Amino acid sequence: MKKQAVVISANDNVATVVDDFKAGTQIHFFVGDKEQSVELLQDVPLGHKIAIHEIPKGEEIIKYGESIGGATLNIKVGEYVHIHNMESLRGRGDKEGLN
Amino acid sequence: MEILGYRRPDGRVGIRNHIAIIPTAVCSSTVAANIAAQIPGAVAIANQHGCCQIGADYEQTLRTLIGLGKNPNVAAVLVIGLGCEGMPIREMASEIATSGKPVETLVIQEVGGTLKAIAEGLRLAGELVRKVAHLQPEKMDISELVMAIECGGSDFTSGLASNPACGVASDLLVAAGGTSMLSETTEFIGAEHILARRCRTKEIGEKLIHYVQTCEERAKLMHVDLRGSQPTPGNIEGGISSIEEKSLGCIHKAGHAPIQDVLAYGEAPNGKGLYVMDSPGQDVESITGMVAGGATVVIFTTGRGTPTGCPIAPVIKITGNSRTFKMMEDNMDIDASTIISGEETIAQVGRRILDYVVEVANGHRPKAESLGHMEFGIYKIAPTY
Repeated sequence: MKKQAVVISANDNVATVVDDFKAGTQIHFFVGDKEQSVELLQDVPLGHKIAIHEIPKGEEIIKYGESIGGATLNIKVGEYVHIHNMESLRGRGDKEGLN
Repeated sequence: MEILGYRRPDGRVGIRNHIAIIPTAVCSSTVAANIAAQIPGAVAIANQHGCCQIGADYEQTLRTLIGLGKNPNVAAVLVIGLGCEGMPIREMASEIATSGKPVETLVIQEVGGTLKAIAEGLRLAGELVRKVAHLQPEKMDISELVMAIECGGSDFTSGLASNPACGVASDLLVAAGGTSMLSETTEFIGAEHILARRCRTKEIGEKLIHYVQTCEERAKLMHVDLRGSQPTPGNIEGGISSIEEKSLGCIHKAGHAPIQDVLAYGEAPNGKGLYVMDSPGQDVESITGMVAGGATVVIFTTGRGTPTGCPIAPVIKITGNSRTFKMMEDNMDIDASTIISGEETIAQVGRRILDYVVEVANGHRPKAESLGHMEFGIYKIAPTY
């Protein structure tokens, strides 16, 4: 089975898809040496992210084994993850008042 | 692992045997280019600066030109001045000469203008060729390599495939006792805390954070919020959701080794291991700084495909985008898209990158070098007056 998404670090809770995929597609990827798969809940374009674990609102989105922001909504496995349901936690002068 | 290298009198090892023709200022650049064009093995630096500069900006340009002359890929140097420029030609030449390599100087106003300077320069460069062209590379340990890591024209494949693979290559080189350099301060924003905690000491970590803050402050002086446009609309369309994600993709090209020190632009490391250098994200200026700091080979990841090279060090192009590898075949050396398709792991491609670096050290010419790409640019940190 050709890899359809990439997971960089075993701690990541998102994968990046390597083609345009339709909702309902079973997406196969590797976490380390282990093959896993999730069913897409929405259409996801090439180069964008999907959740491979449940991510509750307020939890960090982990890619490269590091935080790339926080979830602004509860995110289900197989859901498309982008600026509609996550936000940057850095450089937020609007939130901190001081920065 | 072994490479073929040239041991210079100061003990440093180069993988090329160039004669560098260095103009102190833009005014002597044409004379320098004319001389290099006629002398086999000579490369001219296309210096656009060197006059009417002040303070830290002046010091940075001087440090960069001296560093390029001292780079161990350079066997001998001819420094060419006009005679009235801001850069101090004698000081520059004598500082380069502390490396023990042959250095000659030529001042256009002292010899009587362009034609006489070219004639005298050809005579001096010819003498330098006769002094160093016979040098033969010898077997050296791979720990003598100083590798710069660059990324430019990035797309989503850079952070996923080519940058992590370069990180593996960097970790392998550092584990073998070699030296690796990460630069591009602009693209640490949002990931500087991760780099800072990888620094050898707390003080070095603070120095790194300081460089990132200074970079941001400088942008704000232009009344532009650097972060207001990061990630760019194109990045977001390509799947990058936050500045952290963009910067994390960028810094992954330096692997996971501890950071020994944070260097000023063009500054040489004083040991081995992984170093971070303050530089702009602009590729050519970033590479010029790392090569002035002593890098002898450059690995360069690019999603969209860029052709640029460097006059002093070979530049290896790596793309994680299979379409770019085909579309830009004139310029791409390594196809890392096998990570995306699942045919190879990041570790396998990282190994392949380091193997190719060894081939290049042993004389193989990557695309940019074989096509004569010699882009050059010094990072300016103040206006010219």
